[in-house]
Order: sequence, then structure tokens, then C-alpha cells
Amino acid sequence: MSQVKVLGSGCANCRRLAKSTEEALAGLGRPERVEHVTDYAAIAAYGVLATPALVVDDQVVIAGRIPALAALSEALAERLRAPA
Amino acid sequence: MSAMAARARVAEERHPLWLLGAATLGWFALYHFLLPFWDWLLFTAVSTPEGPRWADALHFFCYDSTKILLLLVGIVFAVRILRSFLSLERTRALLGGKREGLGNVAAAGLGVATPFCSCSAVPAFIGFVAAGVPLGVTLSFLIASPMVNEVAVVLLYGLFGLRIAALYVGSGLLIAIVAGAVLGRLRLERYVEPFVLEAAATAGAAGTVELQPSWSERIALGREEVRSILGRIWPYLLAGIALGAAIHGWVPTDFFARYAGPGNPLAVPFAVVLGVPLYSNAAGVLPLVEALHAKGLAMGTLLAFMMSVVALSLPEMILLRRVLRPRLLACFVGIVAGGILATGFLFDAVL
Repeated sequence: MSQVKVLGSGCANCRRLAKSTEEALAGLGRPERVEHVTDYAAIAAYGVLATPALVVDDQVVIAGRIPALAALSEALAERLRAPA
Repeated sequence: MSAMAARARVAEERHPLWLLGAATLGWFALYHFLLPFWDWLLFTAVSTPEGPRWADALHFFCYDSTKILLLLVGIVFAVRILRSFLSLERTRALLGGKREGLGNVAAAGLGVATPFCSCSAVPAFIGFVAAGVPLGVTLSFLIASPMVNEVAVVLLYGLFGLRIAALYVGSGLLIAIVAGAVLGRLRLERYVEPFVLEAAATAGAAGTVELQPSWSERIALGREEVRSILGRIWPYLLAGIALGAAIHGWVPTDFFARYAGPGNPLAVPFAVVLGVPLYSNAAGVLPLVEALHAKGLAMGTLLAFMMSVVALSLPEMILLRRVLRPRLLACFVGIVAGGILATGFLFDAVL
């Protein structure tokens, strides 16, 4: 299992990224749930300058944009660990 | 249709620059024939009577919505591609070593060019402060970024011409530079929320890997941006154009000139105050500005209104309140509002 987080203040863009990520995970048949991090201090700790951002296992994968679903699935598939 | 899309996708990957050239030519051709097309469709093909108010409003609505849509698609796409050469990370690195003064000028300029959305205001603020960018310089960046954005500039150019667009950019930059410099001079660092400095202490070092995208990736970024921006602003845009069309068709020509013309000293402050609670973006405000201008409202008043809507919006202030204490936030709002008022009065006097 990997840890999947979406960083963002809860604005419309962040909710859209969280929703696309959930869709992408479901499409890949993954069991992970998306955790939404809205605390600014926690977001800053990742060194992210632009939100929304996608973090997989504490690695920043995407920052400041919402990729298309296909690109998102690809990026996730590359980084997710094999389910235990 | 899907076969065509697939072929376009292949072309995008193999010959990105050819595709870009063809798309540019197609865009200019479309833009050129837009007005003749609506004239022909509404007044020749369907023989709408030329004269009644509703026909005028309908023509305004059709022509304006398609023209603005076309301008937006082209500009957002082009600007996103240009911006793929710049990032918030690189901007921060460029500003890191700058002192106040020259730093404010650089920050305002980079604020126009760097990709940035208003919900990123807080993380960007923390990240800039963490990297040692002075507070006043960071604020110059945060003021310039929403005020002088590409959508505003190009729509102003498309609707009012080069002179008004240049005046808007010049005064927007000046406000950002001066406001940032003044706020920096006031030494208000202690009114930044303490958690920012704590977060800054732990964050600083973490950097994200920066890759130079290929041309086909840049095109994909541009497409993504067009979809995301249009998806977000189309309700504002349509509401703005519909309201503009109604004003265009039904409000008497010098209605506003009589009540809020250049002769009325309260017109500019009223426009600024009215702009604060209104939350929209340049694309939603400009059709309205165009219609109001045609009815005799002075350009300075309208520019002040527009700056106030995009740079002093309530949601933006609520966001900034998370990192700035009330006192600093009040200084921020006061100084930016002062700059906007000055702009409004100046342009009402000279234009």
C-alpha cells in the first residue's frame, strides 16, 4: 500500500485534483484512499510552492496543476508500491 | 471523430512545432472572419431586423461571447506555453538574493510572468519567505500576479486597444512595486503569522526536481490550462456578457455619464468599494466594463473597478489573513486601494 495525499487549501482546484486522483486510483484497481492535507504548515513542509499538489509516499509528484486523467493514472501507476 | 483526435495526438507528438504553426494560422483566420460571420448570419441569412433593442443585444451577445472565447483560448494557450519556461521555483531563486527596491521591480515583473493561481497565494508566500525573499518583495509579487494577468491584458487589448492595455499594465506594475516597497519599509515582519516562520525554518531546503518539458509536453500543458481556465470561468464570462448585452441594448446612452461621469469625484471611490465584494476574474468583468464604457462611464473609473475586483477580492483577503495578521493585512489593503484610487483619478483626468 502506498500513501496518497492531495495538498491544498480546499479550493475548487484542490477538490478537482482529489476527485481525479480517486478516479485514477479506482481505474487502476488500487485500494488506496486519498488523504486531503489542508494545513498550510504541513503543506509548506513538503516544500510545495503551488497548490494543488499530489504526494505519493511523501514524494511530490505534481504541483500547481491538474493533469488529464490519463496522465494522472500514468504518473500514479509509476509510483505506487505493489499492494501488500 | 475519435480517429481524427487520435491522428491529432500523433501529430502533436511527432511534429509539435508544425501543429503549433497550423493552429496559429487557423486561429487568426477564425478571428478575422468572426464579425462578418455574425453580421451575415443574423442580418442576412436569418434577416433579423436591424434596429430594435433585442436585435442589438443579441448581436452583441453572439459576437462578444465568441470573440472573447476565441481570444481566451488563444491567449491562455500561448501564455501557458511561454510560462512553461518559467516556474515559481525559478522565480523564487531569482528573487532570493534581491534587496528591496530593485527586488520589488523584479518581483512585480515576475509576478506577471510566473504561473500562479490565487489558491497558491499562501504556500507561495511561505515558500518565498522561507527562501529569504524580503517581505515587501514577496508582497510586490503577490499584488502584481492577480492584477496584471494575461487574461486581463489581452482582453483589454482586444476590446479597447493597445493604449488602454499598456496603461493598465503600467499602472498595475507601479502599484505593485510602490505598495511592496512601502510595506517593506514599514518593517511589519512581526505581523506575519508565527507559524509561517516556523514552517519556513523546516521547509527551506526541500526542493522539487525540475525537468525541462519537451515541446509536445508544452502543448499538452497549454491544452490542459485552456480546459481548466475555461471550465472555471465560463459562468462568470456568460453572466458578464449577458449583463453587458442587456446594458448595451436597454440602458440609455448617457445614463451613467450623467450619474457617474468624470465630473463626479465620488465615482472612483464608489467603483473601488463596489469591486471588493464582487468576486470574479478579468474575463467576467471585461464584457461589463466594455458595455459600461459605451454608455459613458469614464475609463479611469472602469479600470479602478476592474483592478479592485481582481486584486482586492474578499476571498483573496481571507486567504491572506491565514499568513498576515490583521494589522499587516489592513496596511496591505489600504496601500493597494490607495494605488487603485490614484490610478482611477489620474486616468479620469488625462484620458
